[in-house]
Amino acid sequence: MSTGILLQIAQTLIAILLAPLLMGWVNQCRAWLQGRSAPPLTQPYRTLKKLFHKDAVIAHHASPLFRFAPYMIFSCMVLAAGLVPTVANDLPFSPAADVIALVGVFALARVFLALAAMDIGTAFGSLGARREMLVSFLAEPALLMVLFTASFISQSTELPVIVDTLAHREFAIYPSLAFAAVAFWMVSTAENARIPVDNPTTHLELTMIHEAMILEYSARHLALIEWAVALKLYVYSALGIALFVPWGIAPQGDLGALPLAILALLAKLAAGGAALSLLEAVFAKLRLFRAPEFLGTAFLLGVLGMLIHFLLEV
Amino acid sequence: MEHALGDIELTLTPQAGGSAIWRFQLDPARLPSFARAIQDEGGQLLALWGADDRHLGRGYAVHVAFLSSVGLIWSRSDLAGESPAYPDLAHIFPQADRMQRAAFDLLGIRARDAADDRKWLRHATWSEAEFPLRKDFPPLTAARSPLPEVDAYPFLRVDGEGVHEIPVGPIHAGTIEPGHFRFSIIGDRILKLEERLGYTHKGTEKRFEGMDLATGAKLAGRVSGDAHTAFAWAYCMAVESACACRVPDRAAWLRALFLEIERVANHLGDLGYLGNDVALAFGFMQFWRLKEDWLRLSARLFGHRYLFDCIVPGGVATDIDSAGRAELRALGERIAGEVSELKHIYDEHTGLQDRFAHTGIVKPELAARLGLSGLAGRASSQAWDARVQFPCAPYDQLDVAMALQKSGDVLARAEVRFAEVFESLRLIGQLLDRLPDGKLGAPCVPAGTPCEGLGWVEGWRGPTIVALRIAADGTLDRVHPHDPSWQNWPLLEVGVLGNIVPDFPLINKSFNLSYSGVDL
Repeated sequence: MSTGILLQIAQTLIAILLAPLLMGWVNQCRAWLQGRSAPPLTQPYRTLKKLFHKDAVIAHHASPLFRFAPYMIFSCMVLAAGLVPTVANDLPFSPAADVIALVGVFALARVFLALAAMDIGTAFGSLGARREMLVSFLAEPALLMVLFTASFISQSTELPVIVDTLAHREFAIYPSLAFAAVAFWMVSTAENARIPVDNPTTHLELTMIHEAMILEYSARHLALIEWAVALKLYVYSALGIALFVPWGIAPQGDLGALPLAILALLAKLAAGGAALSLLEAVFAKLRLFRAPEFLGTAFLLGVLGMLIHFLLEV
Repeated sequence: MEHALGDIELTLTPQAGGSAIWRFQLDPARLPSFARAIQDEGGQLLALWGADDRHLGRGYAVHVAFLSSVGLIWSRSDLAGESPAYPDLAHIFPQADRMQRAAFDLLGIRARDAADDRKWLRHATWSEAEFPLRKDFPPLTAARSPLPEVDAYPFLRVDGEGVHEIPVGPIHAGTIEPGHFRFSIIGDRILKLEERLGYTHKGTEKRFEGMDLATGAKLAGRVSGDAHTAFAWAYCMAVESACACRVPDRAAWLRALFLEIERVANHLGDLGYLGNDVALAFGFMQFWRLKEDWLRLSARLFGHRYLFDCIVPGGVATDIDSAGRAELRALGERIAGEVSELKHIYDEHTGLQDRFAHTGIVKPELAARLGLSGLAGRASSQAWDARVQFPCAPYDQLDVAMALQKSGDVLARAEVRFAEVFESLRLIGQLLDRLPDGKLGAPCVPAGTPCEGLGWVEGWRGPTIVALRIAADGTLDRVHPHDPSWQNWPLLEVGVLGNIVPDFPLINKSFNLSYSGVDL
């Protein structure tokens, strides 16, 4: 039990510390693909350090919610990072929440972000919050469909059981997961404010979704939000790994498999990050009103995955 | 020259220098009927500005530059010295609206019965009763009465259920020029956009007063830095016409070379930006790599990345040798090849085409009605290009092909840019091949009496005009630089209607208008 707790703490810490690195890696890959010289891998850490050393500037009419929201958002992402198995499976935290609750944790963070954005009362904050809600209320059901597909295969919505079924039972090919994987990529671009739904590097305030909501944040608050953004990308990557390429995650109590599990995780994250930046390089950003179609397609693929499971795999 | 416009018979005086610029003096009361005749003929109003002529024994004057079938008609109408006014032209040519308002803010000459008489250039820097371009305006160092910190501007309000406003700017998230955009929207749909410019008003026209001709050329080129060559050439053309100075052939050819280099540089940059605005950073990086190569070669050959101060009154300040010609030709060919590859990628990219096509449409009828000019005009079927229809030397020997599109959307404006890049690169090859020998400049000596001139150049944005008067002592008395952005900015307001807010930056970039050039 105590090893379990230690592993849980280790896994969460790894997530917190590794998340900016993943962001740095994605940025680096993207720069290479655009033919630019890339920023160093550690740039996100430097940015965080810089932001933590600055004095926060807060609007006079900001309510306590505005100050509180970054902590809340960061905590939600840390919690999510503790729930998704990355190196070891079936950790003490896992029974606390299943995949549906995980989606709820993301939603909680989003609600706070949107509230904080509207709290200041600037045009861009409410504009971003409105768009974020438009995108997320379509992305959430699609994500649930993807998760349900995996749940049907393993007959459980508990992440450890899903991972255990897919990684450690006898190998089987699940065509349903192919559909779910495409849907999952589509949803995660929307949820992580990436191209083609949003553009994380834009300076055009009128086109922003996520960035428009955090325009008023500075210093430590901004640092926490940036860190939470990196964590969210990490958690989504981990979730994708757990659902679609879970091989290598150490089974419960198997300490010997841990070094290999960590290496596998790093390799998978590197490959996933590179793939993400490749997809970002070849796509243009969608017109905002096309985002519903895009996410509707994701939902459709998720449903198709489920149907195929019932048709072919039961 | 005798010219008939409808039932109006005109006697036009050609400007010295032989280009298609005609002078004409007009009674202010006849301005509307004259403007109407120009419009019936299919012409446009290009520019309107005022002048304080009281020190010449007259009152004020309003100048109008019309584009017509014979070329550019530059009319001057003398106004009274006390409460000067002239009949409103904005109900005939809507593009005159902001020019009339600016003329009032600067000189106090009023367009009588104008529908819109709000201030335009005046923010909180000078009071309502002061007119900085008048000759008796006290220098800014003198004691002045305190002004309100914020000068309210009456925006048009849109009312209705669910309508709200987004104020954007003048400070933006990127490093771009300042301008305020007031959107009235429902959800993300744009019901109305109103622009408020003037944040970069620097008193450029006032600054010209009393300058010598060579310094004036430097300032003229800096009215809008990305159109340096267009403004510098237009200024020099005006000076040379006023001084009756004939520019040597080689200098004229080099000027055209500079102008085409500038056009290519700006179009490459814009094509990259258009890619960037739909988050296709690949296109941005590629086009900007090419632009950077282009600018660096300009810096090496001519001493400045943007060719600053290469054009001087009487001629040019830099030459090109045979090695430089070979280098420029080689880079031009390489860029033409790479741009056609990139054009293929843009053409085939579904996501990009989806964003470009049917976005920010300005229909040809509307473009004609509101006087859309230059590059943006040619994307909406407005077939005007001074290099083609009224070529000055050396364009009269080059046979320029005009790029024309009908659809008037972002895609059309990108297509015109692509076509003009290829055409300009072809022209650069021609100019380099056939560059005549000869001197780089001729002396440009003022006549010793007040003399006037106007320069008209098809810059990369469109028709760029500089009108000026040289005083008897050889210094500049009044200079008006006119950027085509004046008449194109209002089209952006209508081009975005019915589009969604997140598409505005893309539409704005597809016009890429100058702030500094109109704020003056």
